[in-house]
Amino acid sequence: MTRALLIENARIIDPASNRDIKGALLAEDGCISEISEGAAPGTPENVERIDAGGMIVAPGLIDMRVFTGEPGHEYRETLASASNAAASGGVTSFVCMPDTLPVIDDSALVDFILRRAQATAKVNVLPAAAMTKGLNGEEIAEFGLLKQAGAVCFTDGRKSVGSTALLRAAFTYAANFDMPIVNHLSDAGLAGHGVMNEGLMATGLGLKGIPSEAETVPLERDLQLAALTGVRYHAAQISSAASVDIMARHRQTNSGVTCGVSINNLSLNENDVGSYRTFFKLSPPLRSEDDRQALVAGLSSGAIDVIHSGHDPQDVEVKRQPFAESADGAIGLETLLAAALRLVHSRDVDLLTVLRAMTSRPAEILGLQSGRLAKGAPADLILLDLEYPWVVEEKEIRSRSSNTTFESARFSGKVMRTFVAGEDVYTFKEPAK
Amino acid sequence: MARTKPQKSLNTSAGTASNTPPFQHRHLLGIAQLNQVEIVDLLDRADAMVPISRQPRKVHPTLTGKTQINLFFENSTRTQASFEIAGKRLGALVVNMSVKTSSVSKGETLIDTAATLNAMQPDVIVVRHSAAGAVELLSQKVGCSVVNAGDGAHEHPTQALLDALTIRRHKQRISGLTVAICGDIANSRVARSNLMLLNAMNVRTRVIAPRTLLPMGIENIAAEVFTDMREGLKGADVVMMLRLQHERATGHMIPSTREYYQFYGLDAEKLALAKPDAIVMHPGPMNRGVEIDPAIADGPQSVINEQVEMGVAVRMAVLDTLLGEGTQVTE
Repeated sequence: MTRALLIENARIIDPASNRDIKGALLAEDGCISEISEGAAPGTPENVERIDAGGMIVAPGLIDMRVFTGEPGHEYRETLASASNAAASGGVTSFVCMPDTLPVIDDSALVDFILRRAQATAKVNVLPAAAMTKGLNGEEIAEFGLLKQAGAVCFTDGRKSVGSTALLRAAFTYAANFDMPIVNHLSDAGLAGHGVMNEGLMATGLGLKGIPSEAETVPLERDLQLAALTGVRYHAAQISSAASVDIMARHRQTNSGVTCGVSINNLSLNENDVGSYRTFFKLSPPLRSEDDRQALVAGLSSGAIDVIHSGHDPQDVEVKRQPFAESADGAIGLETLLAAALRLVHSRDVDLLTVLRAMTSRPAEILGLQSGRLAKGAPADLILLDLEYPWVVEEKEIRSRSSNTTFESARFSGKVMRTFVAGEDVYTFKEPAK
Repeated sequence: MARTKPQKSLNTSAGTASNTPPFQHRHLLGIAQLNQVEIVDLLDRADAMVPISRQPRKVHPTLTGKTQINLFFENSTRTQASFEIAGKRLGALVVNMSVKTSSVSKGETLIDTAATLNAMQPDVIVVRHSAAGAVELLSQKVGCSVVNAGDGAHEHPTQALLDALTIRRHKQRISGLTVAICGDIANSRVARSNLMLLNAMNVRTRVIAPRTLLPMGIENIAAEVFTDMREGLKGADVVMMLRLQHERATGHMIPSTREYYQFYGLDAEKLALAKPDAIVMHPGPMNRGVEIDPAIADGPQSVINEQVEMGVAVRMAVLDTLLGEGTQVTE
């Protein structure tokens, strides 16, 4: 039996219930057993007492989009190294994408991920299984058996399923097993060989552009198919102002559709590509500042549900290439929360909304017990110093890959401690100067 | 081209045929054209035909001198054999024609073939075709009776009748029973004909299938729709399994036969949820280990072989009703 944990003198924030109180939180046997305003009432013996000193206690983050290299590309990232990065970023659960070698399209492989995670990872690993066998976009995967094995959703990860007939079948079949579908949106024809946002910036750099219609066309298609089939549908990530409008419109008639946004698209824009900086080559691409502001507004208005890191470790070899030839993707587990807090400090979005998009909303979409501070919920917690200033330094990165879009970024707000099921998985240590 | 149909009545020892009006239809194109009285009449006549096939000399020559053409545009072994045996036991001259469909000119071929056959003065043409509505189209072009032996995913009326007869002989009634039809409802003519017949007989109809194999609007045809087989089987008197056309469905409608078997295959554990005396049916041919556990198919609750026997009786009754001239069935 694990030792009980008592966090006192804390600002307890639970986005699920909109609660923001000063008080104490008690966790026993891996679950939250008591939340009280003011001083803690009675406490059991053999309890670890932590004085939060007024810092925030919030649910640990749930990151809905994380790529690792396990199995198949362990040099990029393992479940263990990703979980280490996650713990330091306050992420207590992450959904790992099925784009591995082999692809997670079989119940035995879901089982493998869960066993490897249990043996090696510090945080909860939630396997997403492939929507189509081999991510080939041709045949639907065994949703029933994959669900039984422990998959939390079906997605083709980086790939965007494009066949309308197949999408309809997959949506219908997922609805049959009451499982969410997560689809990345990129129309193959419209995206073509584009490598960044279409517009003046791309033209000036001589790079082929990706129009936002490469996202809005499949988004509209998916949302219509979602209404037809009754599936719980989550647009993995939207990047443009037009997509925010489309989501807002469909949400009025279909409560079963949700969407996410990458912290990169919320924080950065196409100008960050600068002089062919490949760490900023992402999918979807960073778009205009107007698009970014629309995404921030969409987060505030509720048109956007989830913020994820899109953590995608890529090694130096595939990033140290001419821009058009380099791989997409950036890591993000360690900087997700700090980057999101920028939106709070800039007063663009309130703290509860930002936290909700990384805790209770993902939990609701995936049907998880975590992501909230409530009696009986798992004691997946973070202790957050909202004002702590720090700088992202490559030598401090815990991920096996260092392709971050936030190199040398200055942040306010740092996770001081992370707990998974009441167990300490991370304690911040001041870096040596 | 139209020919008047002779008035006739088959007086059967078992049935109520003598009290019902003569069969009003020249063709049997689907269950949709029949009302409850006509269905019961056909079942009674079929019931009376059963003993003939159990006699040492299986002859009941009411159709001597009649010509029956079995025109099968789609491969079939059991249905064609069943119609052939039915016709021959009634003394008709039976000719089998298997026509491979040319996908390019189906319509033209169909009507040309109909005209050609019609010139040979048959009395009945039994037709199977892969296209829904093809049998009705053909019936408009010939001067004889036409029996639908299956048209696309539309109707297979003799299958529904033989299923009903099998149920009635086991349960002594049809009305009021709970019948669960499980499998590829979307692509099944057997399911459509059965649902129409069972609804006409006031059966509590259920369909069970993954959503990908349920056609739009099914909730208006079946009384209850289930995607969870265990729920759908609870309290059922009859469990009717359908063949999964897995060559066609895999990858698009269902991911694999192993997953299908896990969730929608009939095994002992799932069957235990139905009534203890529930009967298990299958129109054949079966995919053992895909939609049904071989132990169930061959088990004590299975009436699958009896369905085949009733098929001959139903087809004899249908042919006799359409063509016969009112001879007494003797036992």
